[in-house]
Amino acid sequence: MTTVSEKLLTRAEETGTPGPAEPPDRAVPLLSLRGVRIADGSDGREIVHGVSFELTPGKVVGIVGESGSGKTLTCRAALGILPPHFEVTGGSVEIEGTDISTLTPARWTALRGATISAVFQDPASYLNPSLRIGRQIAEVVRVKKGLGRRAARERVLALLRAVHLRDPELVHDQYPFELSGGMLQRVLIAAAIAADPRILVADEATTALDVTVQAEILDLLADLRERAGLALVVVSHDLAVVAQLCDEVLVMRRGEVVEQGPTRAVLDDPRHDYTRLLISEHEQYGLEKFLGRPGEES
Amino acid sequence: MTAGRPYLDGADDSTGTGVRPVLEVTGLDVHYGARRRRRKALHGVSLSVAPGETVGLIGETGSGKSTLARTVLGLVRPTAGSVVVDGEDVTAHSARQWRDLRRRGVIQYVFQDPLRSLDPDLTVEASLAEPLLVRGVARQEAAARVRAFLPRVRLSEELLGRLPGELSGGQRQRIAVARALVTEPRLVVLDEPVSALDSANRVQVLEILKDLRASGVALVFISHDLGSVAGVADRIAVLYRGELVEVGAARDVVGGPEHPYTRLLVGSAPTLRGAPADRSERAALRALLPA
Repeated sequence: MTTVSEKLLTRAEETGTPGPAEPPDRAVPLLSLRGVRIADGSDGREIVHGVSFELTPGKVVGIVGESGSGKTLTCRAALGILPPHFEVTGGSVEIEGTDISTLTPARWTALRGATISAVFQDPASYLNPSLRIGRQIAEVVRVKKGLGRRAARERVLALLRAVHLRDPELVHDQYPFELSGGMLQRVLIAAAIAADPRILVADEATTALDVTVQAEILDLLADLRERAGLALVVVSHDLAVVAQLCDEVLVMRRGEVVEQGPTRAVLDDPRHDYTRLLISEHEQYGLEKFLGRPGEES
Repeated sequence: MTAGRPYLDGADDSTGTGVRPVLEVTGLDVHYGARRRRRKALHGVSLSVAPGETVGLIGETGSGKSTLARTVLGLVRPTAGSVVVDGEDVTAHSARQWRDLRRRGVIQYVFQDPLRSLDPDLTVEASLAEPLLVRGVARQEAAARVRAFLPRVRLSEELLGRLPGELSGGQRQRIAVARALVTEPRLVVLDEPVSALDSANRVQVLEILKDLRASGVALVFISHDLGSVAGVADRIAVLYRGELVEVGAARDVVGGPEHPYTRLLVGSAPTLRGAPADRSERAALRALLPA
């Protein structure tokens, strides 16, 4: 099987419309959450009351909700990185068919980066300020892929190119403080895909960015999905961000999934008041007010 | 007019009402730093706001939007150009003159973080009454006016005895809006007033602002997010790298943006119908803008 980065790195001259790289494998989903419940162990309070979804290759699932809705905890549970005190108290999470509650720390280490990977909101806090960019990504490549120094450098440059950084050679030798927020998020995405994961979790990955930069990062994620069949979990407080990228959407509020379904269906026929509120905010106050209705000339 | 600004609809008198503008910014330059380190935060910015008009001022990081807000509020002194508020040239005003102007309640402001506009040690009631008392309104009348104003920001009298720390973020921002508007100013500058709020509160504050327009106050609504301004603004002004690159009716700017940056901005905003531009259009627009 070809890997994410091989596909990214070899596609250069390809033309035509890229489709999903692999037919969805229905037998074993990449990631499967079934009725996941999460509680704060310090007082036993349940915070997330049952989340279920399935991710197959090339599929994009979106979770939308305010802060405190439980969307980030849900992601963290799937990544096996719940904060201290928090625990999964019901349901199950399976990665490629393996229940993560059976994983040893060593297996987790092997899985993270290589199968499931993530980018979060504040890219600067995930980079070491005193190390050059190239070295930080090379570390991932060398540990996870066992590449030597020279091969690692080539691969890092290829990854920086794959996330559309304008001058990969320059960025390679720069320190985090020398880069803008959008560039840092690209670097983080490059590091996240360095070990060829099949699943990428993007938790508010564009929230801190300017709208024009956000669009660049969303374009990049769409690109990774199309070219490499990467499956995505996209988490955002903004329904429009999720709508733009996702096949399926979960609307969360106060730990509860209040609505779930194919994105188009949820947008066209919202059932829950909260989903209606999110939609009407856009219709009344967003650009949608001045853009044509779907199907109309705008 | 410079070659870089071909998309202004006659910026200076575009209010088109023939009424004296409540804010008139002309040829504003703001430079920071000494000679070699000199940076132009604003360059040749001209904008006028008519009484009762809501102007959305859009700009991303480094656009100069906060500098413009600070200059209009007298917190930054411009290098060149002028600022006229309600007929009064305030460009060279001293700190005392500015204090006077604020005291008269001509111009008010609301920041993104309501804790910055509210004194943490004052109850809601004291906070709302203060600007009236400063203007010389009698205590009893001030209390009555505060109570009468509350419904307009959809707050109940029960909150009057609370401190800002005891309120939710949405309630606090509504108090900040009420505090700015209770003196019935001519002009309110709002810097990212809804950016820190969740959807329900955002919608509520936007509705309130929309309602308040009927009272004749002019609003300058500053935001990085075109989406949060488009629905309430009569006109939209787009700042890019310290220059105003496009000004026009909200409908026109969103529906038919002309400057490449505005086109990119509109084309980048995620909407429920996907982004207004596709990936290749955006890439083409980026190529038109300086790196």
